[in-house]
Amino acid sequence: MTLLNSEQMASFAARGFLKMEAVVPEDINRQFLEEVGSVPEDGTPESFYGHLFAEGNVPVVAAGTPLSETYQEGSAIHRLINLPEVAGAIQSLVGSQPTFDHHFLHVTFPPRFYNGNAPRAQHTHQDSTIDPRSAFDVQIMYFPHEVTPQMGGTRFVPGTHLRVVSEASISRYQNIAGQQHIVCPAGTLLFMHMGIWHGGGANESDDPRFMFKIRLCPTERQARLWDDSDLPDDHNKQDPIFWTGVNPKQPIHEILTRPEPWFEMDTGRLEYLNRIRFWRYLLGDSSFDADYWLTRIENEYV
Amino acid sequence: MLVLYLESSALDTRVVAWAHYDGTGQARHMSGDQDDPPYKTGLHALKDGWRLIQASPLVSHTPGAEFRTDYLKYEFFFEKLVETQS
Repeated sequence: MTLLNSEQMASFAARGFLKMEAVVPEDINRQFLEEVGSVPEDGTPESFYGHLFAEGNVPVVAAGTPLSETYQEGSAIHRLINLPEVAGAIQSLVGSQPTFDHHFLHVTFPPRFYNGNAPRAQHTHQDSTIDPRSAFDVQIMYFPHEVTPQMGGTRFVPGTHLRVVSEASISRYQNIAGQQHIVCPAGTLLFMHMGIWHGGGANESDDPRFMFKIRLCPTERQARLWDDSDLPDDHNKQDPIFWTGVNPKQPIHEILTRPEPWFEMDTGRLEYLNRIRFWRYLLGDSSFDADYWLTRIENEYV
Repeated sequence: MLVLYLESSALDTRVVAWAHYDGTGQARHMSGDQDDPPYKTGLHALKDGWRLIQASPLVSHTPGAEFRTDYLKYEFFFEKLVETQS
């Protein structure tokens, strides 16, 4: 398997997602779409889901099942999670023995299924409920076919994952600077921290849009599960601040202190602090700092 | 109604998030429908005829939770009254 490297993990810590474009081969994409079945032309969104549940095309699996026992060998999703890049990303993020939380097949229907009532985008939300843990679950979003701009692919806001909010309480925020919309080739995966703000777009195309989401939970401390052999020896060394001369920042430090377009002036700095704390958690090293953000406020003598 | 989220408590700072609710029914807004903000700052909205009717207060930081981030802090509600044929 191919584990993530340190810069990929730091990017996940800072932005809350990793995207792998067209990582799933076409034969697995085709198999998946055949397994779940097509949307009947004369149906409704409700009848399609009713058919899907009745047919059992998506396996019914209890929460807490080990991932290794969740999908039948040879099924499309079993093949997908055992691809070297995918298995490596899962192990890097939630360890070697993650448990299955739930999965769901999200089908976004085109306008003709709504009897003249144009479809609306899903409000922005954070999944599940208030979750202030340092440990994190990962949600894998699988796009088995090409997603065009008209299809209203999943919208998400990089860097929001460390914000402690309560599910749909953030639905008033219609648009946020820096939001991204999934437009991708078939077989693309999005690995998301469970806290990232997101929502489904309205499908304005002529074709149904499929997205399969799997939530996985760790069963071990998430420290240095990725391939950290690329971390330089001076990774913990502090750089000059502001007056830096010609010296570039260390890559990990630069990633952790790169702002998002939606950052507020003051809380953008708190985001840096929280990213650095998260990176300390992932490293298992409470001495790490970038730009002196945490050292400065921890410098108290009693 | 226009809701702008600014990057600080000052009205003349940058818009970082926004929402539109059109009570006339003439425009249909929804989540994710606009990637660029309608105004550069809150002040630009004022200059375009929007009336500020509410601004979020500055709230003391809860001891022990000074570094927690959650909701966007600088929320400004604007209204604009327009003639409609009803």
